[in-house]
Amino acid sequence: MQLFINQILNGIGNGVVFASVALALVLVFRTTGVLNFAQGEMALFSAYVSWKLTTTGMPVWAAIAVSMALSFVAGAIIERTLIRPMEGRSPLNVVIITLGLFLGINALVQLIFGTDPQTMPSPFPEGSVPFLADTRIQKDTIGLMLVLLVECLALWLLLNRTSLGLKLRAVAANPDSARLHGIKAGTMLMFGWGLSAAIGALAGSLVASERSALDASLMQAVLVYALASAALGGFDSIWGAVVAGLAVGIADALTIQYVDALDGIEVVLPLGLILVVLVVMPNGLFGKRTVERV
Amino acid sequence: MSLLELRNVAGGYGQSRVLHDIDLTVEEGHVAVVLGANGAGKTTTLRAISGIISVSGEIRFDGKAITGKGPEAVSRLGIAHVPQGRGTFSELTVEDNMRIGALNRRDKEVERDLQHWYDLFPRLGERRKQEAGSMSGGEQQMLALARAMMSRPRLLLLDEPSLGLAPLVTRELFTHLGDLNRQNGLSILVVEQNANLALDIGHWGYVLETGRIAVQGPAEQLHDDEAVRKAYLEF
Repeated sequence: MQLFINQILNGIGNGVVFASVALALVLVFRTTGVLNFAQGEMALFSAYVSWKLTTTGMPVWAAIAVSMALSFVAGAIIERTLIRPMEGRSPLNVVIITLGLFLGINALVQLIFGTDPQTMPSPFPEGSVPFLADTRIQKDTIGLMLVLLVECLALWLLLNRTSLGLKLRAVAANPDSARLHGIKAGTMLMFGWGLSAAIGALAGSLVASERSALDASLMQAVLVYALASAALGGFDSIWGAVVAGLAVGIADALTIQYVDALDGIEVVLPLGLILVVLVVMPNGLFGKRTVERV
Repeated sequence: MSLLELRNVAGGYGQSRVLHDIDLTVEEGHVAVVLGANGAGKTTTLRAISGIISVSGEIRFDGKAITGKGPEAVSRLGIAHVPQGRGTFSELTVEDNMRIGALNRRDKEVERDLQHWYDLFPRLGERRKQEAGSMSGGEQQMLALARAMMSRPRLLLLDEPSLGLAPLVTRELFTHLGDLNRQNGLSILVVEQNANLALDIGHWGYVLETGRIAVQGPAEQLHDDEAVRKAYLEF
């Protein structure tokens, strides 16, 4: 029983990370209709920026905040210079661009920051507190969950309770019509990419501090799990991404513990999950079914 | 001074010129009707006014040149454009659609206006929490009209509002448009294939033919002119 609870807690710790990256994916998808395969690598770059800042003696939270701000700007610039010129062309062009970014940013990280593994300090206090049945829960797991909760709440409020959010959703739903209502569609697309890059920066920095080492492969497996979470959650739902991210994290931890047959190839789980979701329920658990009448 | 004036407007899409020398005016408080066959340039004329395509010549709104301004800027000046296809934000709720119409307003009467349009179009009020894309074509057209009115426009551009609507719904729509014009003094430029209904509420009519104004005159006169009816309106 203790082992089981411990694995669940492990799963939640990982799931929070998957959920955060899935959030960034969902946000770009919801506001700009693009699936950004480079989301993980953008987050990796941001994580390195956070780490670099901490080596100058900057407090961890401050370093992450600065990295998020820089990532916001970088995300907006990527939208304006690389994604926007593809407007009106085949969606395949954008997919190729994000795949190119995936490889390019990864190479850039190794070029700029080197290939030696680094250690990112944790922004959470060390230690654990008692939990159910004589198990203990790590303080950083609690911290991660709190960060995720605050993040989701803030995003949900932004999208659903502010006029900026309404503009973002309007552009996502019908960019031409949005322009006719005086909404600067281009600005909103840049904002969407910037916001998701900032969220990715937070996720990447936290992953880096959770794992023992920060290196260029950090986000690749995470991206696969995050894609699985986003697919399961329905790709346009914030809460869907979160619930699915936690579910994928827990399922992964339990698989590693109890399914010996998949030892070493656990990544089969998210890939299989993506496949099953696409075949059985393409709209995911929380995605809206597209209903349209003319 | 006319509210909207087009002088020698010409242009189109890329190399293909759709409009040749369009002169057209809409007086404050009037309904101007643009008739014509498919491909005559009716939709293109509206797109030129709201800045979706760039054209040569001069477009003046309220005395100020707006030629070369993009759709975002033109809409902020008080021109609401309901495009063909109604511009519905399908995945958003009816209420979100309505609020998008009011995004550029800074006054405190948005809630009051919202209630006003829900009272006028009760179906929208009943469905305010529903996805807009799930409504019928007629309801979406009413939504498009109400959403445009939420911006409190001085000029309403309507692109074939009757397209795909049942005759009774079309009649209801034009009754509303006539009321808005008479009671609120709203100026309207409407492009229509349904010439009868449009000319009934119109003050001035234009018949567009291959990118040129072929005939123009008071709406009543166009309506009763046998030659115009036979040659251009086919009814």
